[in-house]
Amino acid sequence: MKTDHLIEILSSNIEPIKDERLRKGLMLALVVGGVGAFCVMLGTVGLRPNGPPRLGYLALRLVFTFSLIVLAAMLLARLARPGQSAGRLLKVTFIPFLVIVAAGATAIGLQGPMGLGKMLFGMNWMTCLVCIPLFAVVPFLALTWFLRNAGPTNLRLTGAIAGLLAGALGATAYAFHCPDDSVPFIAFWYATMIGLCSLIGALIGPKLLRW
Amino acid sequence: MGVTSAEYELRALMLASRNGDAAAYRSLLEKLSAQLRGYFKGQLSRVNRGAAEAEDLVQETLLAVHTRGHTYDPSQLLTPWVYAIARYKLVDYLRRTRISSKDVAISETDELSAPDDRGQVESNLDLSKLLAELSPKLRRAIQYVKLEGLSVSEAAHRSGMSESAIKVSVHRGLKALARSVSREEKA
Repeated sequence: MKTDHLIEILSSNIEPIKDERLRKGLMLALVVGGVGAFCVMLGTVGLRPNGPPRLGYLALRLVFTFSLIVLAAMLLARLARPGQSAGRLLKVTFIPFLVIVAAGATAIGLQGPMGLGKMLFGMNWMTCLVCIPLFAVVPFLALTWFLRNAGPTNLRLTGAIAGLLAGALGATAYAFHCPDDSVPFIAFWYATMIGLCSLIGALIGPKLLRW
Repeated sequence: MGVTSAEYELRALMLASRNGDAAAYRSLLEKLSAQLRGYFKGQLSRVNRGAAEAEDLVQETLLAVHTRGHTYDPSQLLTPWVYAIARYKLVDYLRRTRISSKDVAISETDELSAPDDRGQVESNLDLSKLLAELSPKLRRAIQYVKLEGLSVSEAAHRSGMSESAIKVSVHRGLKALARSVSREEKA
């Protein structure tokens, strides 16, 4: 095929391109992913079994996960475009992790090491371990769909941020089940599992997001 | 390096294309293909690859520019966007064909390499073979709108599909084409 022929094909009868298409695609992926994660939560472990959560702890979980969702979504909006780098925003993304780990360490410091095991492992750290990555699957698929239609050029970093975002959405859904009201528990398990999702994203990103 | 006159011209063409100006788009793709050809030839000559491979990459990049047009941020420069796609496609190609990507310079320059010859070199891509891989619906939409040059409403009338279905099919068809081009070159 001659390139002139290809140009003729591509340039005949073209459609206008809307500026907001990329942003809309990301929003759609977030909504589908978020709703999907919530439905998987309801369909498997269900809402919190031991009565409505104490507001302060639910707020702590949600502030942590939502700050990650906002930061990671802003990063993905950049990384989805060819040639755009993550910039300073990448470093800012570590702040929620540092804050929650500091809060967890403070809580342990205040309580003393006596209750450490109970604080850290709570009632069901195993459920948390399984649920957050499980709930992250639908968001990750939705984000993969979005990214494959976009043009990321740093696939490993993009995969890591997509994994982080999916993990944060999964953790948000899990927050409505999580029966453990303990700052160290939230700090340790939520941060670790979201980090694990990010790592998985970084590992499979280069293969999965290729275009 | 400041923003060059080439960047101004290409960006103006891109912005007009985004509003549906086909002539501007054609001119943009022609200018880009000349610059891309120079870029790919220069890069490939360092790993002992020839003109046909360069032409494959020019066409793959043009298809990517077309199907990923919505990833261009109109408030940004155009050349770095095109260059990022070209470099991505080159690295991907070298990985596919198992040549070390270490040989590709990570250049920060905003400028693509100098223009080269015209678009008369045959690439290794066979359009009819690529089209044959598409589903009949997508193939027909591309056939009517892109090859026979029918308008969307004419194509809709002739195929019995709705106009929006035609538009979607053309878009999907080109994306599928771009995908199979990336696979095709593996050999």
